[in-house]
Amino acid sequence: MELTAEKKSRQMETIENPSVTGSEAVLQALLAEKVDTVFGYPGGAIMPVYDALYDYNEKIKHILVRHEQGSIHAAQGYARASGKTGVVFATSGPGATNLVTGLADAMIDSTPVVCITGQVFAHLLGTDAFQETDVINITTPITKWNYQITDATEIPSVLAKAFYIAKSGRPGPVLIDITKNAQLQKFEFPGYEKCRHIRSYRPKPIVRETYIQQAARLINEAKKPFVIFGQGVILGKAEKEFRNFIEKTGIPAAWTVMGISALPSDHPLGVGMLGMHGNYAPNVLTNECDVLIAVGMRFDDRVTGRLDKYARQAKVIHLDIDPAEIDKNVKSTVPVWGDCKETLPLLTESVEEKSHEEWLQKFRNLQREEEKECIEPELNPESNILTMGEVIKLLNELTGGNSIIVSDVGQHQMVACRYAKFNHSKSNITSGGLGTMGFGLPAAIGAKYGAPHREVILVAGDGGIQMTIQELGTIMQNKVDVKILILNNKFLGMVRQWQQLFLDKRYSFVDIESPDFVQVAKGYGIEGKAVSQRKELEEAIREMLNHKGSYLLEVAVGKENNVFPMVPQGCSVSEIRLK
Amino acid sequence: MEKREYTLTVYTENQIGILNRIAILFSKRKINIESLNTSPTEVESVHRFNIVITETEEVVSKLCRQIEKQVEVLKAYYNTEDEIVWQELALYKVSTDAIAEKVKVERLLREFGARAVAIRKDYTVFETTGHREETDRLVKALEPYGLIEFVRSARVAILKGSHDFHERLKEFEQKQPGEEVIENEYLGKKEEVFSL
Repeated sequence: MELTAEKKSRQMETIENPSVTGSEAVLQALLAEKVDTVFGYPGGAIMPVYDALYDYNEKIKHILVRHEQGSIHAAQGYARASGKTGVVFATSGPGATNLVTGLADAMIDSTPVVCITGQVFAHLLGTDAFQETDVINITTPITKWNYQITDATEIPSVLAKAFYIAKSGRPGPVLIDITKNAQLQKFEFPGYEKCRHIRSYRPKPIVRETYIQQAARLINEAKKPFVIFGQGVILGKAEKEFRNFIEKTGIPAAWTVMGISALPSDHPLGVGMLGMHGNYAPNVLTNECDVLIAVGMRFDDRVTGRLDKYARQAKVIHLDIDPAEIDKNVKSTVPVWGDCKETLPLLTESVEEKSHEEWLQKFRNLQREEEKECIEPELNPESNILTMGEVIKLLNELTGGNSIIVSDVGQHQMVACRYAKFNHSKSNITSGGLGTMGFGLPAAIGAKYGAPHREVILVAGDGGIQMTIQELGTIMQNKVDVKILILNNKFLGMVRQWQQLFLDKRYSFVDIESPDFVQVAKGYGIEGKAVSQRKELEEAIREMLNHKGSYLLEVAVGKENNVFPMVPQGCSVSEIRLK
Repeated sequence: MEKREYTLTVYTENQIGILNRIAILFSKRKINIESLNTSPTEVESVHRFNIVITETEEVVSKLCRQIEKQVEVLKAYYNTEDEIVWQELALYKVSTDAIAEKVKVERLLREFGARAVAIRKDYTVFETTGHREETDRLVKALEPYGLIEFVRSARVAILKGSHDFHERLKEFEQKQPGEEVIENEYLGKKEEVFSL
């Protein structure tokens, strides 16, 4: 008690006395950046920061995870659900290396995250000290920026830069490594000033009017224009601008996995998902459109399929904030550099009001084929075996499309992305670029903190959930209201599907045994249930949704169901298979 | 597309770790760096990298954009040989006896414009600067006379049209400057800085 009182008075002093420790400066910086939640795990080299955090407990919520990988995925989920920057604390050595997967994931999915790692004393750097790891060099290729602080006086300006870089332009992860001596060092705190400009850093390219005009001309002349969009619309907070654009031009629009929910699922111009397990119509008609307008997306190979047979007939207009993305995979006819929040309204202004009814009808016709071949059997199966699709369909009906759906990686992810309905942006949280199994559970925890008033449902597979299942402990301790829906097919389903289709059914190590998930949840104080019959499914989902607090529902689904349609690897998007 | 030799000129902030950040962009794509030089520039705190690789223009242009994307990189250019003025420096260690005894060696050195930078009893070190073919030719010529050691520096190159970078730098510094922006003392004195 005495100790706490003493510390309280010390904290009071710092406000009047400008001399603070590096650790306190770190927390002051977080407060100035309006950080309300930190995900982390303490350890030797970050102890001074945690010691300071003890006094800031009321202002900054710290969520103790069970593994550092969990902390960064949680920060990603937080960032994706809130549109703010996720913050992570971890210690040196193993603490820092455990962040690597999450950093790579945040890098490829452009998620703003600031990681603060402890490091050994500066005088020990390079001596193979206890828990010393060269985290700066390890993380260089998977961070937008990283920096090692060895002197406390650098802390305010470096953290200001870190938050500015993570969030501005094309967002990404930033890692700041702070040696223990710098955390302990006292210095005259000059006050915190937000960073607004870095000479060598251009977050947004200059919008060029000539390209806007060229693009508008192409769009006006187009007979079969087609819009494809990605997460750029969400990151740029340009959902409204995007809607205005497609509604004025009447152009059908398809989303990438990362772009899901930027446009409400039931929008009449929305024609579905692109890519390997996307919808039939947008994939086939990519190779038929005359003008392809790509908005905030990067032509990932899972979207394009075989590149030399991708939209060769089309003129390509590419809107992107990152100049390095333009012409990287698909050569553009007109590059529209810039933030789509700025470029889309300019474009909307310059284009003619139109409708493309006949062209839209083509999408609908192909959609009907897909309904018959794939969607109907998935959502309303005739056999007794449950499908993943029907679970998602029930979820849509019971949530009304208003929930945040977090998914892990694999078949269930593709099914969730294909069938989940969304009314609001920032509602589909999944590991798109890196395909990180184990992302789901911690990301769902983070999403709940990022959007506390929204319902967060994790859809996971039996494989992925076991990669970060320890985070059930985080849910337990912090009473995080996350609904966990495990679609258990007793296989590593996506790999099994490939082995079935392309490797002669040689099921090499995809047969995965799982614990009794309900019992595991129970051990963590989380209520749960397992179902395998259709007649109990709806009631079980209802029970899960109505339950106050976290809940785990395991649904036994068909063991050897496949996700279709599918663009086989190395094939063109128009060679998409319905079965 | 055909592979060619390109010289990249990268202007960066002078910061620890930026060399690694640039180098891994090459190794990530399994591209071999043939020559690498870093040096200060006429603008304080701005550093310059000269990197030589042999690749197709498509690869090089994409690489340049990836380099330019790095937070601490101001600008990256790629150029073919005819767009730059470049030099490499080479040192040759030869036995002093060989030069003293053989008139032909002396003539060779004169012919190549080599300069003696160290003369010892047992060896002499000569230096030449020039293009790779030139420094290579002297190696060949000296080999029969007992060349003990040979080393060549990385390429240093100056862009024929480098006023562009200076204009850009001005632009970066003027665009929404925050309170902490340090004005560049060379701003507005273009002639003094980039006269070739």
